[in-house]
Amino acid sequence: MSNDLFADLGWLPRAPADFEARLRGLASGAEGSGLQLLASHALDENRLVKVARYLAKARAAGTALSPLTPFTLGVITNSTTDFLCSAIAGTSPRFGLNVTCVAGAYDQGLQESVDPRSAINAARPNAVLVGIDWRGLGLRPTTRGGEEADAMVAGALAHLNAIRAGIHAGSGAVCIVQTLAPPAERVFGSLDRSVPGSLVSMIDAVNRGIAAAVRDSTDILFDVDGLAATVGLASWHAPSEWNLAKLPFASRLLPLFADHVCRLLASMSGKSRRCLILDLDNTMWGGVIGDDGLSGIRLAQGDADGEAYLDFQQYVLSLRDRGIVLAVSSKNDDLVARSPFREHPEMRVKEEHIAVFQANWNDKATNIAAIARELSLGLQSMVFVDDNPFERELVRQALPEVAVVELPEDPALYARTLGASGHFELTALSREDLDRASFYEGNARRAELQKSVGNLDDYLASLDMEIVLQPFDEIGRARIAQLINKSNQFNLTTRRYSEADVAALTDDPTCFTLQVRLIDHFGDNGMISVVVCRGVGGERWDVDTWLMSCRVLGRKVEQMVLHELLRHAGAANAREIVGTFIPTDRNGMVAEHYAKLGFELARRGEDGSTSWRLTVPGTVVTPPPMRITRIGLP
Amino acid sequence: MSDVKDAIPARLTTVFRDVFDDDALEVHSAMTAADVDGWDSLTHVRLMLSVERAFATKFTASEIGRLKTVGDLVELIARKTS
Repeated sequence: MSNDLFADLGWLPRAPADFEARLRGLASGAEGSGLQLLASHALDENRLVKVARYLAKARAAGTALSPLTPFTLGVITNSTTDFLCSAIAGTSPRFGLNVTCVAGAYDQGLQESVDPRSAINAARPNAVLVGIDWRGLGLRPTTRGGEEADAMVAGALAHLNAIRAGIHAGSGAVCIVQTLAPPAERVFGSLDRSVPGSLVSMIDAVNRGIAAAVRDSTDILFDVDGLAATVGLASWHAPSEWNLAKLPFASRLLPLFADHVCRLLASMSGKSRRCLILDLDNTMWGGVIGDDGLSGIRLAQGDADGEAYLDFQQYVLSLRDRGIVLAVSSKNDDLVARSPFREHPEMRVKEEHIAVFQANWNDKATNIAAIARELSLGLQSMVFVDDNPFERELVRQALPEVAVVELPEDPALYARTLGASGHFELTALSREDLDRASFYEGNARRAELQKSVGNLDDYLASLDMEIVLQPFDEIGRARIAQLINKSNQFNLTTRRYSEADVAALTDDPTCFTLQVRLIDHFGDNGMISVVVCRGVGGERWDVDTWLMSCRVLGRKVEQMVLHELLRHAGAANAREIVGTFIPTDRNGMVAEHYAKLGFELARRGEDGSTSWRLTVPGTVVTPPPMRITRIGLP
Repeated sequence: MSDVKDAIPARLTTVFRDVFDDDALEVHSAMTAADVDGWDSLTHVRLMLSVERAFATKFTASEIGRLKTVGDLVELIARKTS
């Protein structure tokens, strides 16, 4: 499973089925940004080849590819370069780059580098990838002791350093030097680790030498050894593919390899991202703070779920400690959202670590735009994590420059997935980078929202939502009772009913009841709203209970429910619907619920409760874009 | 078993269309590399790897080396996936 995260680039959204058609149909004049959007999906090797071909054709035709930044990359390997070049070029638009690869002749690395008139040097590349693996560096296992092993290691390092020196002298380009992945085949077994003449030991020594040489220079390290270990040496190396076509590693991993190379190129081009925007509920802790309260959210040792969120917070904190700026975008009441930071003993991330804290009921795209403005960082600097696919896709569509990470269902893998995404990869660490987060911190301030971003109606229409409406029944009873007793925030009257009460309401002919389920293209959200009206048979329907899960806010479910209530109230010849708001310390977000739905304020009580009226005959509510399925309703 | 084998040319066509980026490409059993524009040794490797992935199977170098026509490839796939 973990392998899929890496091999399939699991942190990226899946490519659309009509990818090829979209590539062919990129809007004239906007090819660059169109390519970047297409490439921000996970692409397999064949699709990367298609993007690479598109780039080559566009360059040949003189098509402007802005805002993609051109970058020339020389590639020196002892394997077949073509596969690497098309994967790297095809991946580059994902990072805002338009890469042209210049390949050295097969296995001529040293010769090409020291000849100032070689194709690579003459192309004056911005960087040269030096990807010679252990097979190209004269390393052979020896049992003749440490001296012979040391000589081979020194020889391998001298070869690589000669290539680097040749490139520096010939074209001044930066060298991106790969470390070596040891073969998966062992000769002794565990002893390969300690016998000095084993390939494992020698490759280890060469890798340490590469890291030291590169650290003291302006060249860049590409830790292929680490990458191969992460996916597993047995997955990395593919003997059949090496034998067939001198493929340097399993072709299935070309998209992963190319993504890692492009991260380094992006970092060199100043495109590393710098800010992490975090959702809170079910992202930083288990549960919903507004409904579950401080004692109900899951964030603790000894609880499997709680530990997963602790690990994630720890990882987020380590990012902050290396200079990544943290911000929050949460659909919550501001004080309620801050309460765990202020009062929960297990929180690792504290309020003072958050540079901008946006907790309100507005959409996240508008909030993220406000965060970017407040920090004076471009949208291209932002990375957004949220457990809710609805929010992720909304931000992707409204703000395509923001990197939105596809989180898995299991929070235990949040840290790994965010780490795998590589959005914050840096090629060199400076004091300024490390201190950056603290420059922005201090007061976890709120950014003012300006005009809204994105087109919500279009987005909602694209979700293929289906709403399922039924009256209360025996099958739904337990879940209805659960929602009635658990919901605190989007709850107009906070009346609590037992299962027996719910059964009584079901059978009461003077009550109109609704259980509402919402399905969209991300999946089935289950039952997300419950309504009880009293007074059926008379002229006035009273809304006794109206509650909704906060997870489906912003989708116009409330309008749909009202549309349905009016339908049935009208059919029953009621003349008005009356709604009541009874304030609690948790449901401030619905104080204006009835006002927003077009009800008129009828009465305001001393305790802050309000009563609202809506005339039934003649009132029309346009249903939002959703398919309607009714079960057991006329 | 013959049902599965009959389905192979259709699935193979999808792979060919993907690798050659040509929605109109039709494959037939007598077809060879000479018949398709751009079917060079590099594309041949990509094609073999894509076929392996699409049919969840692996070919040995000698099996690949013996292929002369698309028909041979269909037979090979049928043998390996039965």
